[in-house]
Amino acid sequence: MSATEKGQVMTANRLGDGLVVFLTRSGDWSERIDEAVLALEPQATAALETRAAADVKANLVTGQYLFEAERLNGNIRASHFRERIRTLGPTIRTDLGKQAEGTAGHFAAVEA
Amino acid sequence: MYRYDEFDHQFVKDRTAQFRDQAERRLKGELSEDEFRPLRLMNGLYLQLHAYMLRVAIPYGTLSSRQMKQLAMIADRWDKGYGHFTTRQNIQYNWVKLEDTADILQALADVEMHAIQTSGNCIRNVTTDHWAGAAADEIADPRPVGELLRQWSSLHPEFSFLPRKFKIAITGAPNDRAAVKVHDIGLRLHRNNKGEAGWEVMVGGGQGRTPMIAVTVRDFLPQHELVAYLEAIMRVYNLYGRRDNKYKARIKILVHEIGAEKFKSEVEAEYARHPQQTTEVEERELARITSYFADPKFERLSRFAPEFEEAKRSNADFARWVKTNTATHKKDGYTIVNISLKAAGEIPGDATAEQMRVMADLAQHYSADELRVSHAQNIVLAHVKLTDVYAVWQKLSEHGLAAANYGLAGDIIACPGMDYCSLATARSIPVAQAISRKFADVDVQQDIGNIKINISGCINACGHHHVGHIGILGLDKKGEEYFQITLGGSSSENASIGTILGPGFAQDEVPDAIDKILNTYKRLRGPGEEFLATYRRVGAAPFKEALYAAA
Amino acid sequence: MPLLKNNAFVTDEWNHLDDDTIVDDQPRITVSFARLQRDWDSLANFTGLLGVRLPNTVREHELTPYVPQLALIVLSFPAFNDGRAYSLARQLRLDGYQQELRASGNILPDQLQFMRQVGIDSFEVSERFTLEDWQRASRQMSLAYQRGLYRKAGEREVWSERHQGFAPWEEQPHAG
Repeated sequence: MSATEKGQVMTANRLGDGLVVFLTRSGDWSERIDEAVLALEPQATAALETRAAADVKANLVTGQYLFEAERLNGNIRASHFRERIRTLGPTIRTDLGKQAEGTAGHFAAVEA
Repeated sequence: MYRYDEFDHQFVKDRTAQFRDQAERRLKGELSEDEFRPLRLMNGLYLQLHAYMLRVAIPYGTLSSRQMKQLAMIADRWDKGYGHFTTRQNIQYNWVKLEDTADILQALADVEMHAIQTSGNCIRNVTTDHWAGAAADEIADPRPVGELLRQWSSLHPEFSFLPRKFKIAITGAPNDRAAVKVHDIGLRLHRNNKGEAGWEVMVGGGQGRTPMIAVTVRDFLPQHELVAYLEAIMRVYNLYGRRDNKYKARIKILVHEIGAEKFKSEVEAEYARHPQQTTEVEERELARITSYFADPKFERLSRFAPEFEEAKRSNADFARWVKTNTATHKKDGYTIVNISLKAAGEIPGDATAEQMRVMADLAQHYSADELRVSHAQNIVLAHVKLTDVYAVWQKLSEHGLAAANYGLAGDIIACPGMDYCSLATARSIPVAQAISRKFADVDVQQDIGNIKINISGCINACGHHHVGHIGILGLDKKGEEYFQITLGGSSSENASIGTILGPGFAQDEVPDAIDKILNTYKRLRGPGEEFLATYRRVGAAPFKEALYAAA
Repeated sequence: MPLLKNNAFVTDEWNHLDDDTIVDDQPRITVSFARLQRDWDSLANFTGLLGVRLPNTVREHELTPYVPQLALIVLSFPAFNDGRAYSLARQLRLDGYQQELRASGNILPDQLQFMRQVGIDSFEVSERFTLEDWQRASRQMSLAYQRGLYRKAGEREVWSERHQGFAPWEEQPHAG
């Protein structure tokens, strides 16, 4: 069992179609939160902000923001249930969104 | 209902072309997001938690069957097969793409619809009574004025960059079903002692962070002065409304901060200097619009329809649904049919494309080709013959649209909440579903009687919880959803803001809390006394005790 | 900064003086509102054309004593979403001001028609947009529902056209 790492993830919406995406280590944007890079220190976080700002300027994405998350057993768990919902889709329509398209996060929105 | 003339068609055509141009410039990077955001908001396009969301205007909540079918087509073609009817009589699509939006606006323009000013710091959809033109208590149909104000407010050059959003509601009946007292401007039609119809003009109502009831600035404004007077109000707000703090920028704050008297005198001073010599054009335009709202050709019918009575006798489900979901029509032999979009355990206000088409067909065949959207996120067929009601109900039953809970505990009003909305602090829909499942038994609901339960997923109060008889506000307490309950709100002509009962509840505790509240009501009520009346009589104490007294 | 007027870029012939530059025989000057009030005794006798640059918090009645002498009023639009000066412009026009009104600030082409409709004649614009951008923006909406808008703007006024044969109030002087 790997130790829990806590850090920040950068998310945005793709400009043209509004799809929710996450910034990866390679600088691309992925639909899957598990492919996101988890910035563990301030320098890494700043790099995410710089890259996101550049991609906003390049008209790839919009509405970018950072949120807290942690890596548990290789998967990324958003710290707040709001972002967990963002990685899944509406909790009351599990037939819609990432949870229906195979690109969901690994963690339930709200723990039972 | 209103039909576009060549001017109206040209207007939405120009507007759609303008948005297409703006969207292209955005996608090419010629406009930044900061520059594009106010422009897209003025066409109802939001960025939400999962995707873009488009809010389409349904002016004063009225639409034709052709328009409803187009909304269904849009849901199928550019969204995920459903739409959400809102507490301001609009419809929202949760999964649109920016790159498709101009095409969607074109599809709307093709049927005389648009998404103009459904967001942004401008004048929003003018909303009204969902029983307009049909209700027995109506003085006059307010929708012609709704249409007049829609045109007047569309791309108004002076009022498109207000301190904040601006919402107007109008009622033509003494029983206010349009919540005019909790709008930025509320207009109530009434008669003076000469029998002339005029408007009570109220300003500064609203919900959100600081709920307030509107103050009256004019008791009786003659109809022909309405546009000029509203311009004076808007000008005062535009000049003096706060712009330093987004949470203090509504007109209600201005009225509150300078006081009702000072506010009134500023408006009157602005109004008094108006150079407009005559209002004859406005009067002629209102007369022109009014001709579109003539009554449908009603048949001369008896108040008593034997087939209808027989159908109730032989079908208990039908009888139960009639009792709750039909309302008195001004014409003998007709009734108002209220379609609940709150089937037990379902998502309040959502309808599939198929359901939209079914309702459109029913409107076309049985209700003068017209539908209404109510603030409670339901759909109304305003002019159904009693002899047709059974056939309508049968069709509704086949499509999950026959919940017999209109105005009852299951008819819950809920905003989309954190399942969809970036502004939310908690999810509202699961709470609505849990309550509705708990009270799914219609006999139980009928025993409780008329009650408005409103749920908002954040302090912005889009679920109108402040004016719910029972209001529920979803908050975030240390990363967990937490729900505060208020009692005693009302959006009627005797409007009131609900008061908080006490500490909040976890999500799974809410249905039981509601149960305790309703049991307390049933224990204390007088014969035939509805929930709100009981609350106003006995106060909050018995309810607090039921919820919080140590077990 | 290009000056847009009547759908063309024109030379700005006004001298925009700061609060200390001496006024002598410049043909056209603008001063700040603070200076207008401070130096009114001498400015009232200025023999050239006088203009003022207003912050958008000025109330129209504060301006009333000076308006008859003004040939140019420059209105400030500090941010896209700050719409106060639209009302100030409209009030000035409704009250009979017929000289030049100018907009200054970070103006987007998408605001142009609104500004012209409330009576603004000229625009200090950014070099970011081409003349073609402005010209295209000036014709995007061909109609306006509202009445009594500044007629020089050119959009057709829907309600008045629907009801022909009625003496329209656009014949009044403020409507240009």
